[in-house]
Amino acid sequence: MEDKNILNLKNLNVYYGDFRAVKDINLDIPKNKITAFIGPSGCGKSTVLRAINRMNDLVDGTKTEGEIIFQNRNIYNPEVDAVSLRKQIGMVFQKPNPFPKSISENITWGAKINSYKGNMEELVEESLKEAALWDEVKDKLNENALRLSGGQQQRLCIARAIAVKPEIILMDEPASALDPIATLKIEDLMKTLCMDFTIIIVTHNMQQASRISDYTAFMMTDDKRSGNLVEYGKTSELFIRPKNKQTEDYISGRFG
Amino acid sequence: MDIIRQRKNLISKIVFQMATIIGIVALLILMFSIFNEAFGYVIFVNEKSPHEIFNSEKNLGEATKEELISILEDNISKGLMRRFNFEQSFSERSAENILELVMTEVVNPKIVKAWSLTSSLFGKKKIIETLKNDYPKGNLEFRSWLSPNFLLSPQSSIPEKTGIITALTGSLMLLLIAIILAFPLGVGTAIYLEEYAKPNRLNNLIQLNIYNLAGIPSIIYGMLGLAVFVRFLEPITSGKIFSQTINSTANGRTILSAGLTLGILILPIIIINAQEAIRGVPKSLRFSSFGLGATQWQTIWHHILPYSMDRILTGSILAVSRALGETAPLILGGASTFVAQKPDSVFSKFTALPIQIYQWTARPQPEFRKVAAAAIIVLLVLLLTLNAGAILLRNHHSKKKKG
Ligand SMILES: Nc1ncnc2c1ncn2[C@@H]1O[C@H](COP(=O)(O)OP(=O)(O)O)[C@@H](O)[C@H]1O
Ligand SMILES: [Mg+2]
Repeated sequence: MEDKNILNLKNLNVYYGDFRAVKDINLDIPKNKITAFIGPSGCGKSTVLRAINRMNDLVDGTKTEGEIIFQNRNIYNPEVDAVSLRKQIGMVFQKPNPFPKSISENITWGAKINSYKGNMEELVEESLKEAALWDEVKDKLNENALRLSGGQQQRLCIARAIAVKPEIILMDEPASALDPIATLKIEDLMKTLCMDFTIIIVTHNMQQASRISDYTAFMMTDDKRSGNLVEYGKTSELFIRPKNKQTEDYISGRFG
Repeated sequence: MDIIRQRKNLISKIVFQMATIIGIVALLILMFSIFNEAFGYVIFVNEKSPHEIFNSEKNLGEATKEELISILEDNISKGLMRRFNFEQSFSERSAENILELVMTEVVNPKIVKAWSLTSSLFGKKKIIETLKNDYPKGNLEFRSWLSPNFLLSPQSSIPEKTGIITALTGSLMLLLIAIILAFPLGVGTAIYLEEYAKPNRLNNLIQLNIYNLAGIPSIIYGMLGLAVFVRFLEPITSGKIFSQTINSTANGRTILSAGLTLGILILPIIIINAQEAIRGVPKSLRFSSFGLGATQWQTIWHHILPYSMDRILTGSILAVSRALGETAPLILGGASTFVAQKPDSVFSKFTALPIQIYQWTARPQPEFRKVAAAAIIVLLVLLLTLNAGAILLRNHHSKKKKG
């Protein structure tokens, strides 16, 4: 791959108790690009995503094997602090989940706990502008964020993630709970965001993956229900000339 | 088929309705019997009638200060007069104060017969007959046993003079001590169990024990309090190690010991409620906090506690209202049977509302039953206030979370 990589997944295996949810994943994520994970439900897309910022640590009984190299270190090395890792690798979830606080507090909270020294008002404006939300909320920054529409809430969550200034933003089906117009706004937003950040998105929507992503990883479950990587490559190539039969079946809707 | 189903549906509906109605009727009967006792006609007899001692067309209430002093001089001994003057000189006393002396020392009204609210409303003729035939010198008056005087007076052996300030302050201080002990300890334990404890054998055992503790009869807690706070920790709970001057007749049977016992009693309830509140915090809130690089403690302090606090408070208030009605642990922990003085420190002897009520109902004089009814009303009002507060908080909670 000609692009510079920011993450390398090497032989990644994730277990929930005895169940191997994800099996032997090997792939490199390019910097400042959008990489999409697609595949049928339950194939381990979210599990891989959560492995990247060690969110799986919060789930009792998970075990991770293999390596994820970020900034020349395996993030599962004992000396790596998961808390500071998550400041560099932020996350946006499937269901919009702003804090039950004001819009501006949603932005500033992450900065506060990271002892941000700059001007908070500027940070709020800057982050909301970058998340294409500023014009809609600039007059009600002190209103409760839960009063916003679903699409606005999700863009607020993106703004909140941006405000911490991470390297990578992980998005787990960020538009699946939204209507088509809100979905388009989020998609447009991602395209501008990848100038400053690396974006990894999970989606079950193939059109979405083909519209927005630069690279696509297709995952499937094997006979033991473990998810594995079937094919990975430039989105343009994977969707037009899939190398694998399973991929071809899936993207042409002949799956299952 | 359909008819059978509908009939079954109807029958179960009627059964549930009946159950509800029986419950409500029982509650109404209870409330009625309490209010029936707390208000009603009384006949009181004066030792000396006001007209006898005050030869004037005017009422005693309109007498001047000088007239009142001369009434006192005419009717009580010189020694008593001197004592009153010594306590506070007559020139400094107000007219009302002297009127009160006249009332208690000279007129000295005594209740000789009392009726319930129903017999007062429906048997007035009979009451007037009784007055004429049996108590020709008596005066009839409609009396509310629940009165400002009742709320503010200390305990007394005369029913019309007794009050609940002793028991009321006792109860409030007990609750305060209990909550100061149990709230931080309970919330802390709940946070530990929910957020930090791994589900291993030991922690499961602890959890199981907490559930069991919440179901233990309160008298067992009383025995625990007696052994630990009253006996073993006596130097602390009696206050002796803090100061030698503290009156130590309580010997560890202090308000502090009993308050701590109640605190231990409500601790498991507070823990369980707080755990449930914390468990009710949506996972997504935790994840969004951790996803921004927050530590466990930052997540707990900034999100989990604020989100669950009103439910934690609701549960704690309900726990406190349970403590308010507890009697058994207090009896074992040494609530005194007769305390005529408000507790002035946590090392004082004390009595509490339910104990006071029990004692009054156990007295032979029928008037004390009316006093007890008045005290029950006070206790119920306190309980209802606490529960209303809990409900308000709960509503506030559900409103806030909808944004
Ligand atoms: N917390 C968990 N505990 C146990 N099994 C889980 C947990 N989360 C996910 N799984 C299982 O792991 C597999 C992959 O799940 P997931 O990563 O959520 O798939 P996807 O996001 O592709 O739909 C599924 O079989 C799912 O049932
Ligand atoms: Mg998923």
